[in-house]
Amino acid sequence: MEELFGRAHKFGDNINTDYIIAGKYKFKSTDMNDMAKHLMEDIRPGFYDEIEDGDFIVAGENFGMGSSREQAPLVIRAAGINCVIAKSFARIFYRNCINVGLPVMECNTDGIEEGDEVRIDLERGFVHNITKNERIKATPLPAVMVKILSDGGLAEHFKKHGGFNLE
Amino acid sequence: MGTIAENILSAHAGKEVQANDILVVPVDFMMSQDGTTPLTIRAFKDMGGKRVFDPTRYVIVIDHNAPSPMESVSNLHKEMRTFAQDTGAKLYDVGDGVCHVLVPESGNALPGSVIIGADSHTCTYGALNAFATGVGSTDLAAALIAGKTWFKVPSTIKLQYDGELPVGVYSKDIALRMCGRLTANGATYKALEIGGEAIDSLSVEARMTISNLAVETGAKVGLMDFDSKVGAYLEGRAKRAFKGVSADADARYDSIIKEDVSKLTPQIACPPDVDNVLPIAKVEGKEIDQVFIGTCTNGRLEDLKIAAGILDGNRVHHKVRLLVSPASREILMSAMECGVIQKLVKAGASLTTPSCGPCVGTCNGIPSDKEVVLSTANRNFKGRMGNTKADIYLASPATAAYSAIKGYIADPREVL
Repeated sequence: MEELFGRAHKFGDNINTDYIIAGKYKFKSTDMNDMAKHLMEDIRPGFYDEIEDGDFIVAGENFGMGSSREQAPLVIRAAGINCVIAKSFARIFYRNCINVGLPVMECNTDGIEEGDEVRIDLERGFVHNITKNERIKATPLPAVMVKILSDGGLAEHFKKHGGFNLE
Repeated sequence: MGTIAENILSAHAGKEVQANDILVVPVDFMMSQDGTTPLTIRAFKDMGGKRVFDPTRYVIVIDHNAPSPMESVSNLHKEMRTFAQDTGAKLYDVGDGVCHVLVPESGNALPGSVIIGADSHTCTYGALNAFATGVGSTDLAAALIAGKTWFKVPSTIKLQYDGELPVGVYSKDIALRMCGRLTANGATYKALEIGGEAIDSLSVEARMTISNLAVETGAKVGLMDFDSKVGAYLEGRAKRAFKGVSADADARYDSIIKEDVSKLTPQIACPPDVDNVLPIAKVEGKEIDQVFIGTCTNGRLEDLKIAAGILDGNRVHHKVRLLVSPASREILMSAMECGVIQKLVKAGASLTTPSCGPCVGTCNGIPSDKEVVLSTANRNFKGRMGNTKADIYLASPATAAYSAIKGYIADPREVL
């Protein structure tokens, strides 16, 4: 997997999927580009307009807690975010990210601030904060998740192997 | 030497597994609702899916936004009806009820089984000894095609509740206390195994309230033991043969937390997080504008009976709107037959279609700016009920009903 380079948008702990995309939008449509305009609207109005293609979301503990809505990672991706870096993730969200091909990194994000330029290496599991010249060790993804993500998500994995090919 | 979670997954994998193993296992039952089915259909087609591996093991439920309040939603509902027809899956349509009530009611949540649902509160069926967990739409689509899914076997936190619940204190109070104590990520990636004499004494309905909130601690599943009450609940309902699975005496746990519930008081989750839990004494007197009794957490017959018992012969406070949503058609029918609905409506309750509506902020009761809502649901995040400027408090049906009469958050033990 390739290295990714982007600018950080910083969020706190326990960002739930209702904040990522509110329930009132997700039931109306399956058009992610349209829904992307409402990304984080309830806690950071205007966030969508701050994003440049390839930027990262950087957060604290338990990012993506709450509902199982796959619209959450899809909308983050549609808004132009290339990776979510957090201290920890909620289980269903973490899995959904891999399934839809949105890279996630688990590491200590305390030293990363809004606007910092960050480079990540998914395969070797580290985050390099270029602005602060700091190298942060990340928790490597489990091998099955690397496999699904390398295939481009679970749908692509299925198409390539004709079913699960994980064991 | 396995926990309940390890032993269910071992039985499905056909080999002994333990925490942190990664495996692909057969899935016994699947469910998706109107917030997640449209993306499931998209993923199913994208993966080249032609047929559901076994249509008798999959149900689709229209509950989150029902009846449809707008044409875009109606069109997604229509797509779901077509998909059900094409695949032969059972569809529960508008008015049938809330998914997590329908799956157990229809005898599809069975002890020892593995169930995935495209809804985070699928963990509710843990009360029936099922390894049941929420997944996203793509995971569900893969399982619809392959009949399997992959799991990392979770390690387990054991929660043991002993003692006898005082009058006016219910399973919801145990559940909220559990969320406050473990916090929103205290059990992330893990299984909860919930037991003890206080759990044994609860009805199966009341137990489901606790398993329902397991996900609010980050847990994958909220498992309970199989016992004669679960057996009796499933009599005449169970769609397939089943066998309860228990933990071995030498099972290994991450931690064991014991609590005596005999001193427990009514609990309130304060905005904007489910783990922001306080004893009622700290919140009593807070004025409220709307009360909502319903949802997959507390919209069952037992809950409506408790609320009706308190509201009977009283009037809802003139400044308060009381919304009641029986969680299924079966519950609504039974509540009518025993006079519960009449008591609620006479006291001033407004009845809504059995569905999720207000809990997810889609329809049927969105609060206005600066309003305070007291709800029996499972989430109180900012904006959850459709308005970011409203505050949501969570409580038991008894606390909700008594507060609706008083016009402020009030302790139901005063009248019980």
